[in-house]
Order: sequence, then C-alpha cells, then structure tokens
Amino acid sequence: MITLTINGQQHDVDAEPDTPLLYVLREDLQMNGAKFGCGLGQCGACTVMLDGKAVFSCVIPISLLPGREIKTIEGLGTAAVPGVVQQAFIDEQAAQCGYCIAGMVMRAQALLEHNPSPTEEQIRDEMTPNLCRCGTHMRILRAVRRAAQTMKRVAL
Amino acid sequence: MAHRGAWVLGAGGVVVAGAVAAFAAIAWRPQIEPISPPASNSFSPEVVKNGAVLAAVGDCAVCHTAAHGRPFAGGRPLPTPFGIIYATNITPDVDTGIGAWSEQAFRRAMRQGIDRTGRHLYPVLPYPHFTRATDEDIAGMYAFLMTRAPLRAEAPPNTVPFPLNVRATIAGWNLLFLRPGVWRADPSQTAEWNRGSYLVDAVGHCGACHTPHNALEAEKDTKPFAGGEAEGWDAPALQAASPAVAPWTVEALTAYLRTGFSTEHGAAAGPMAAVTQELAAVPESDVRAIAIYFASMMPHPPPMAQAQPAIVTDNPTFAGACEGCHGPDAPMTRGGAQSLALSSAVNARSSRDAIQMILHGLAWREGHAGPYMPGFASVLSDPQMIDVVRYLRSHFSSGAPWTDIESQLRAARRDGGA
Repeated sequence: MITLTINGQQHDVDAEPDTPLLYVLREDLQMNGAKFGCGLGQCGACTVMLDGKAVFSCVIPISLLPGREIKTIEGLGTAAVPGVVQQAFIDEQAAQCGYCIAGMVMRAQALLEHNPSPTEEQIRDEMTPNLCRCGTHMRILRAVRRAAQTMKRVAL
Repeated sequence: MAHRGAWVLGAGGVVVAGAVAAFAAIAWRPQIEPISPPASNSFSPEVVKNGAVLAAVGDCAVCHTAAHGRPFAGGRPLPTPFGIIYATNITPDVDTGIGAWSEQAFRRAMRQGIDRTGRHLYPVLPYPHFTRATDEDIAGMYAFLMTRAPLRAEAPPNTVPFPLNVRATIAGWNLLFLRPGVWRADPSQTAEWNRGSYLVDAVGHCGACHTPHNALEAEKDTKPFAGGEAEGWDAPALQAASPAVAPWTVEALTAYLRTGFSTEHGAAAGPMAAVTQELAAVPESDVRAIAIYFASMMPHPPPMAQAQPAIVTDNPTFAGACEGCHGPDAPMTRGGAQSLALSSAVNARSSRDAIQMILHGLAWREGHAGPYMPGFASVLSDPQMIDVVRYLRSHFSSGAPWTDIESQLRAARRDGGA
C-alpha cells in the first residue's frame, strides 16, 4: 500500500511501486483528466503538478511520491465552477480535440503559480514541452495570457 | 638612513614606471580606421559560401546569439571562472556590430584578439585557435559575416572584476599562451586527416572544451584532447583516454557529429548539442575529415560483444521512470537507440554528465530534429537521484563505483543545465 496526497486528499493505493502515477490516477482513482499520450514523457498530455512543478505523470513511479503534494486538473475546479486557468481556456476556446488540454492547463497553472507575470518568451519556453496536434497553439497562448491577467485582477 | 630610503624608493619607482611603460608598449595596439560597410555584392558567392561552412564549424552563431536572440547579434552570457563575459554583436551594424571593420581589422581580431579600436578581446573568443586559420579562410568568414543583415544590438556590460577588467592584462596572457603561426600540415598523414586536423585546430576549436585548462584558463598544450569541461558538463577525452565502451569509428563519429546521436555512444548533450546542430549544415566530407582525425587518436581495441545486462525491475525508480525508453524492448531502442551499457555518460569516470542528463534531460531543439529526453529535476529528490545514479552505474557499467555523486548533484542543482 502506498499513500499518495492528491489535491489535498490522501489515497491509499494498492499497486506495484514502479507503476506510473498516470496509471494509478486513471485506473485506480478514476481521475481521468490527465491523458495517456506517448507514455514516454514526450508529449505532455499527462502533465500534473508535483510540489508545485509541472511534471509528466507517465514517467513517475508512485514509489517516489509518498509525502509529496500532487495536484491534478480535478483539483483546479469543476465543470460548474472552473478554475481561473480553466476558465481562460474556455473563454479563448483553446481546445479543438481537447486531448492535450488538461496537460496544457496544468503546465500553465504551474507557470502562473510561481511567476504571475510571465513574459511572452517565458510563456513560450514553459509551454514548449507540451504538444498539440490540432494546432491551437495561438489560442492556448492567448488563454495563458488571459489567465495571467485574470489572476492579477483577482489578486488586486 | 632617511636619505638612503628615499633613494631606494625613488629607484623602485623608476623600475615600476619602466615596467609599466614596457608593458604598455606590449599591450598597446593602434586602432584600425573605420570603413563604410562593403556592399554585399562586393564579395564573391564562392568566398561567402566557404565562409558560411567555416563559420558553422567555428560555431560563431552558438556563442554570438542570445537565447531568443537574432543570429550573430551577440548578448549571450558566457560564464568564465573570472566573471561573465557577454558575446558581442558580429553582424555588420556600424555602431554596435562589426560594420566599420575592414578585413584587416577582422583578421587582427582573429589572429591576435584585438578589436578594431585596438582593445584586447578576452580569450573566451578562441583566437588562440583562429590564429592558425589561413588568410583565405579568415577572408571567407569575414565575407560571410559582412553579408548578414546588420542588426542593432549592444551586449550587456561584462561582470569581470578588477584587475582583469583592465583589458591590457590580456596582453600578459597572450605573451604566455598565444602561439602565433598558421596551422601546418603533417606530411605523413592523408589529405583528409590534415583537413580534419585543420578544421579542428584552426576553426572548430574543439580543444577549448575537450582539452584540460590551466589555472589561467589556457589549454594545456601537453595534454591535447585529454578531456576538459564546459558549462557544468565534462567534455570527454578524444584520444587514448576516451571512456567510450564501443570504439569510436569514423562512421560513428561522422553520424554523431552530424545528427547529435550515436547508437553506440549516446546523444550530444549540454554545450555539444549546439555544436552538432551547426555541423548538420556542413558538407559531409568536412565532418568526415574531422571524424578521421579524431578516430586516428582514439583507442582501437577489438570490438567486444557487449553483454546486454538483463533488465530486472529491482529498482522501482528505474523501472517506472527510465525503462519505458531505455529498456530492451522500448520503442526508442527499437529505433536504434543504445543500451545504457554503451552510454558514454554512464561509463565516464565522473557521474557529472549522467547527473546533468537525468536532471535536465535533452531539450527539444526548436525547428530541428534531434534527440530528446525529459528532465527529472522536479521529480527526483536528492536521495532518489543518488539511488538511481548508483543503480545505473552498478547495473550498466563495469567501471568503479562513483564517489562524486553527492558533490556533482549539488553543483548540477545549483548551476542548472546548459
């Protein structure tokens, strides 16, 4: 049994220690926000936050995670009350097929939590590891900028 | 006594003044008159083309381009043990670049490390190598740079402390370490080997990273290519001391230098990634010549059948984080990637490069094909890093256990990746 702290709640997980976090999220805990894309840490569809940083959950064995804070997109908001970054992605209609979007939102969330006023270069650098096959990059970038603006207004 | 003391003081003053005057005579260089930038069509396309190849071999753009910056416009910080030196703008902008430089001024900078105005340049510009280039090739590089778009860009001020910020001190360094003279062919070697030797020594300045440096940051002439360091990474030895498990062949070196990847050794990482990116645009014959030159210095033991260590999931970190790509049947290995048993980093004397690679990975090369690896700096705690690095060494290498893991990890966390 391995205990994981996800979105502030403890979960006891009965899985092999080398099981990737993504599999546990989706198969054991029914948190299906994070997606399986490549399974190799190359595409970013599985991005979640670990101790405040964006990471690829498909290449993180759960044995590494006791005592660490995991945040998934389920922890940002709900369909009824979306989080700031989620709302910005909705407002900019940044999803086409939507498969990459949960990962994009989590990476943007991690960026804005440690840098509330990123420059355009910092946004592009930070978002680079996450791929979008539909090509909605310009909308995704607009959504990240919008989320930064909203967060600033909320903070004021 | 007082009288005598004054005399000694006076004589001492004369000696010091004389020494200062003599040094000033050595250090002082005249300015070379500014010119109006020559028209692009005043250079022949063949000369410019030759210059483009040499500029790529010489990695001009690698240092003289800032992150997100425009090519050759400078501004990249170059960390040295003596402070940060910013690469300057080498586009033909008259005010902030080299637009007012004549070919003579450019040649003097390449041969002696003196800028157009007579000021000493820091030897982080590898003029101790460029001084060996032929007049023709220096003219080619000049033609190539002078036909780029002029870009206005001022480099930030260097952070070099006194007394090294007094540029005349570099004249002393030059007296000790600058060996003027054009490169000479070795008549006992083939034309290809000599071409490689020339490109490596006079243009590519491979020794700037792969040769150990002395306390004043000059390359140790007595130990060419014995292994050096660059930007937090170890640059492996390129001669008999090469740590490679599979012998480097001309073919493997050529492929590695042009693609940044060798199935039998690993991926170009750290500062080497940009070098291979530049070489991708160089004619294959020239890259092959470089490969022939280095392969001639490498050890050539008979190729051994490498026993592929059985992957057993006795380390959950490796099994969950690494095996998806580095396991025997992983998609990446089916594409021809190496076993970690052949990895240069895993078999190196120090854990430094393996740690850099695991922490920082290999970034996407925007707009270019190339190897990629995600970094694990945000995932692995220090004890978890130490555990997996020890496992890698003991499981995949027959080398002695690393004793520097903790210190290298601290340094790599502190300084970040290249």
